[in-house]
Amino acid sequence: MSQLALVIDLNVCVGCHACVTNCKEWNTSGSAGALSDDHPYGKDPTGTFFNRVQTYEIGKFPKTETLHFPKSCLHCEDPPCVPVCPTGASYKREEDGIVLVDYDKCIGCRYCSWACPYGAREIDEHQKVMKKCTLCVDRIYDESLPEDERKPACVLACPTSARIFGDVHDPDSEVSVAIREQGGYQLMPEWGTKPSNHYLPRHKNHVSYHKDELERADNPLKKEDYQVDASEPSLDDVTSW
Amino acid sequence: MQPAFSVIFLTTLIGMGQGLFLAIYTEQVYSVLNVVQTNSSDRFYGIASGVALVLLILGLIASIFHLGRPERAWRAAAMWRTSWLSREVIILPIVMGLVFLFGIVHFMSWNPVIMTFGQVEVRLSLIIGAFATLATFSLYIATGMIYACLKFLQEWHSPLTVINYLLLGSVSGFTMASVVAAYWQPKLVSFFVGWSIVMLVFAFISRGASLIRNKRLRPKSTVQTAIGVRHNQIKQKSMGFMGGSMNTRDFFHGKTLFFLRSIKTIFLVLVFAVPLVLLIVALFKPTLTVLLPAIVSMYLGLIAERWYFFAEGNHPQNIYYQSIA
Repeated sequence: MSQLALVIDLNVCVGCHACVTNCKEWNTSGSAGALSDDHPYGKDPTGTFFNRVQTYEIGKFPKTETLHFPKSCLHCEDPPCVPVCPTGASYKREEDGIVLVDYDKCIGCRYCSWACPYGAREIDEHQKVMKKCTLCVDRIYDESLPEDERKPACVLACPTSARIFGDVHDPDSEVSVAIREQGGYQLMPEWGTKPSNHYLPRHKNHVSYHKDELERADNPLKKEDYQVDASEPSLDDVTSW
Repeated sequence: MQPAFSVIFLTTLIGMGQGLFLAIYTEQVYSVLNVVQTNSSDRFYGIASGVALVLLILGLIASIFHLGRPERAWRAAAMWRTSWLSREVIILPIVMGLVFLFGIVHFMSWNPVIMTFGQVEVRLSLIIGAFATLATFSLYIATGMIYACLKFLQEWHSPLTVINYLLLGSVSGFTMASVVAAYWQPKLVSFFVGWSIVMLVFAFISRGASLIRNKRLRPKSTVQTAIGVRHNQIKQKSMGFMGGSMNTRDFFHGKTLFFLRSIKTIFLVLVFAVPLVLLIVALFKPTLTVLLPAIVSMYLGLIAERWYFFAEGNHPQNIYYQSIA
């Protein structure tokens, strides 16, 4: 059984919001209808989005770091939003583990949004149904697209390749290897929802040198205690022209 | 959470309707067993069931305003295996149907004796009432569990939530029964008032217990677990958008701590203190002038109580929506 998911590399995300805009563009143009916006150019713009990029400041000045943090539905392996749905509109697909909402069955009671600890669901205020990230289910299986474009819109948009898409149940997939080798982690593990999306932590490259690596122990000048007389032209001064 | 008035009216109205039915059925059982000598009339049972039914219907109407797509509401009966909301949707009409049957059997005097145990006559209404009682209790449990089953809403995730829905609904129903009795069957008032006082005390204990419990709660989710960074000082600088979204509208009550505390005091006074005094007075002076203010105060208080219940729920998603920039 496969479980499609995103792995988001926080080490390279630059917070450019390209994934947000491409997600909105693709998903507002699909057969399910627009993702409604209200007064997008007015005083209080609001609208339905599947993906957001947030920014956090870690530490206290001057020792601060900025973390850009994209957040969308995590397609939990044990999704708390699914069993609470009274109509069965919220469901998890057997074949690829994508958590979806059937917009024709949803009654807009908002109970599933209460049951999601991550705030991943947003109601469409015009269609009056609950919406959420579909992992671009209408794109990833579309055989009319070239094979390398059969990926979620956010993944294709990311300029730094901070988003990797694949099957986290396949141990040899790019996502599984990344999670395993780079310490991929899940959000709010305390609720046992087992999110499929993982995040790769930020890391810095530290190089440590030992003192002898900075000073050549076998420096021939030191060995022979050879003193350079700076007042006289050296061999280098003579030959370098 | 942002309290939704549709849900506040739904839960308080059906709670009172269910409680009113339980009150008259309790009285019927007592009089059948000859514990109380009342000779209560079928007309009273019929009228009181009618009032209960009206309350249940008003609650159902209120709930429609919570739905985005009420024309599809029938679909909500589908997932009773997993969803408490679905179970509530199924049980509510069953309760309404049984309360209607119970009332009509009394009102039209279609109430034959089905069997007798010694001196005790078991009439048709007693059997319908037994099923209706079972359904009523199931409905209280379903309503309470809708909130209590959400484990990360720690303020709600407790058996006290279900007990509070049961006791607060029952006490408002018993008080309502004493109002109906004061008008139609004054002899029964002291019975209902007596029970109301007992239940009010129990409801106060359990509601108080949940207030104390919730005050001592420590949130399991923190910004550290939310974004997975181990550092004591993490501050959100941007939630990713500057306008609002559902996440900022539905999950924050947006009121001051002072407002919240005031609502708590108001509901404690209106639900418990004022009705308790009036009910005790009604034991000696069982008139509508005493009981009407009691039920009005209690119902207004219950609206405040339910508002506070929802506002108190602190959803972990709020951690992700702390700063606009």
